Amino acid sequence: MLIKSEKDFFSGLMFTIVGGAFAFGATTYNIGTGARMGPGYFPLLLGIVLAILGMIITAQALISGRPGGDKIGAFAWRPLCFIIGANLLFGVLLGGLPSIGVPAMGLIVAIYGLTLVASLAGERFNFKEVLIVATVLALMSYGAFIMLLKLQFPVWPTFITG
Amino acid sequence: MDLINNLTLGFGVAFTFQNLIYAFIGCLLGTLIGVLPGLGPVATIAMLLPATYALPPLAALIMLAGIYYGAQYGGSTTAILVNLPGESSSVVTVLDGYQMARKGRAGPALAAAGLGSFFAGCVGTLILAAFAAPLTEVAFKFGPAEYFSLMILGLIGAVVLASGSLLKAVAMIVLGLLLGLVGTDVNSGVARFSFDIPELTDGIGFIVIAMGVFGYGEIIQNLSHSEEKREVFTGKVTHIYPSMEDFKRMTPAVLRGTALGSALGILPGGGALLAAFAAYTIEKKTKLKPGEVPFGQGNIRGVAAPESANNAGSQTSFIPLLTLGIPPNAVMALMVGAMTIHNIQPGPQVMTSNPELFWGLIASMWIGNLMLVVLNLPLIGIWIKLLTVPYRWLFPAIVLFCAIGVYSTNNNTWDIWMVALFGVIGYLFIKLGTEPAPLLLGFILGPMMEENLRRALLLSRGDWSVFVTRPLSAGLLAAAFILLVVVLSPSVKSKREEAFVEE
Repeated sequence: MLIKSEKDFFSGLMFTIVGGAFAFGATTYNIGTGARMGPGYFPLLLGIVLAILGMIITAQALISGRPGGDKIGAFAWRPLCFIIGANLLFGVLLGGLPSIGVPAMGLIVAIYGLTLVASLAGERFNFKEVLIVATVLALMSYGAFIMLLKLQFPVWPTFITG
Repeated sequence: MDLINNLTLGFGVAFTFQNLIYAFIGCLLGTLIGVLPGLGPVATIAMLLPATYALPPLAALIMLAGIYYGAQYGGSTTAILVNLPGESSSVVTVLDGYQMARKGRAGPALAAAGLGSFFAGCVGTLILAAFAAPLTEVAFKFGPAEYFSLMILGLIGAVVLASGSLLKAVAMIVLGLLLGLVGTDVNSGVARFSFDIPELTDGIGFIVIAMGVFGYGEIIQNLSHSEEKREVFTGKVTHIYPSMEDFKRMTPAVLRGTALGSALGILPGGGALLAAFAAYTIEKKTKLKPGEVPFGQGNIRGVAAPESANNAGSQTSFIPLLTLGIPPNAVMALMVGAMTIHNIQPGPQVMTSNPELFWGLIASMWIGNLMLVVLNLPLIGIWIKLLTVPYRWLFPAIVLFCAIGVYSTNNNTWDIWMVALFGVIGYLFIKLGTEPAPLLLGFILGPMMEENLRRALLLSRGDWSVFVTRPLSAGLLAAAFILLVVVLSPSVKSKREEAFVEE
């Protein structure tokens, strides 16, 4: 069988799997009856609906496709990895990972880390430029979030502030 | 006159020096972030929400209103100058706005959008004030069955307006509803789908979803295109104000757009997008005056009408939110979340229990609109400058603001891990061609829907027919059904597809 629309086929598949998973998970809670709904009732209902919708979408993708084939196309792995990576690094640097003993480095270090990694997602990377951007962002964030808005952030590494 | 009294009360509260400053800051920040390419109002509002945390409720709402209008106006600016609609409702603005910019008339286009929006906003505010009180009366007659049916109608309405596949949009809503159920069940205290993670028992934060899906997802998508492909108009915008001729042409368009937008905006499902499309279509149907530029080649009416309709629609779409507590679109869903953070549960009770807040909010919307014209139009030059900043400097800043914003909601790194997850999911959605806006709407409505369904069925002792035997509820469901039938009917279906292909 030929897939007419890749996008529809795989999104349908995704809906079916996620819906099925939710429905399955819901059965571990008390379902109850219509008059006395348990915590599992509504999720079970929705999960089944989602799974059915997903199946219909998948089936349609096999029967009729929109012109052009609707290919998903290549994933942009580079921006995906670096943007998400920058975000994760920011979290690690800001708050540390107490479970494996990584100390919190605070906001300023985290901003430099995030900017550096995020910049790698772009096409051009100029280290000096990135440093300037990071410094500007660090100064701006310190002024706006810490001084003006007084948000509660660990600003400096914990081993310095103690 | 109640209306006058109420509005006076509202303006009395809102018109303090301090609140005006907040409105101004909100407007400025909203435009600043909203103008960045690839960031729509949802991501902008989510990103700026933390800036309001420290404020008292009314000041926060006023600032939010400023952010909201600023973000929308910023979106239109990007649409006109970069040929990149920041949100679905400015899709039609791109058509003529960008052409005007190419012909060196970016200034008048931006002014037309701003002035049209302001006029529409004024009318919308008046309608909102006039309709709020009577509709609230109706809202008190609503039982759980009616609320459930109304939400169905709202969700169907939202789906109808989504571009692309209807089924996929419905599936996204259901997915959103399911995600909204994650966390502790209010009735039984059971932590659902929490995988024994303590942070998940509070549910998934809506900011996390909004920023992950709308912020990170979009950035990744933008970066996957080559930088050279984007064309930005950075030439000098000299004549900002439209000529007399322009005014003559845009005035009727603004009036038509406003009327249409106000009417469509009240409909559940959120009319801003529909209003913009319909307004543009109507303008296209009217005869061209001699010497007028054809549509699609930079006609000022093609900017003024959809922009006014869009703004009037977004103004009146506050009506279902404030009177019934039901957000009609993704942006409103975000506003619900924002209000909840400030301990305001939108709904009919706000007006009776807290009239100062309610009317203050309505007044602040008008102030937000005013700020836009008074302060943003003269600043157009600065916004244009902002667009000349290379994207490679901007996106690390956007990523940073998202990360900081997410962290500051709970001061917990957990949210940072979650936003990473939703960033990946958001990119996946884009790749699979599924629209994320219905997901956010479903997410906010999920717990509300379950609660009302549960109550309705509890009262009827498990009898599902309660939804069709109660006249109000039956009427709402019938409306939803008719809406679906109309959209699925072959003639409308092909028209609808045509309309979205034009993008």
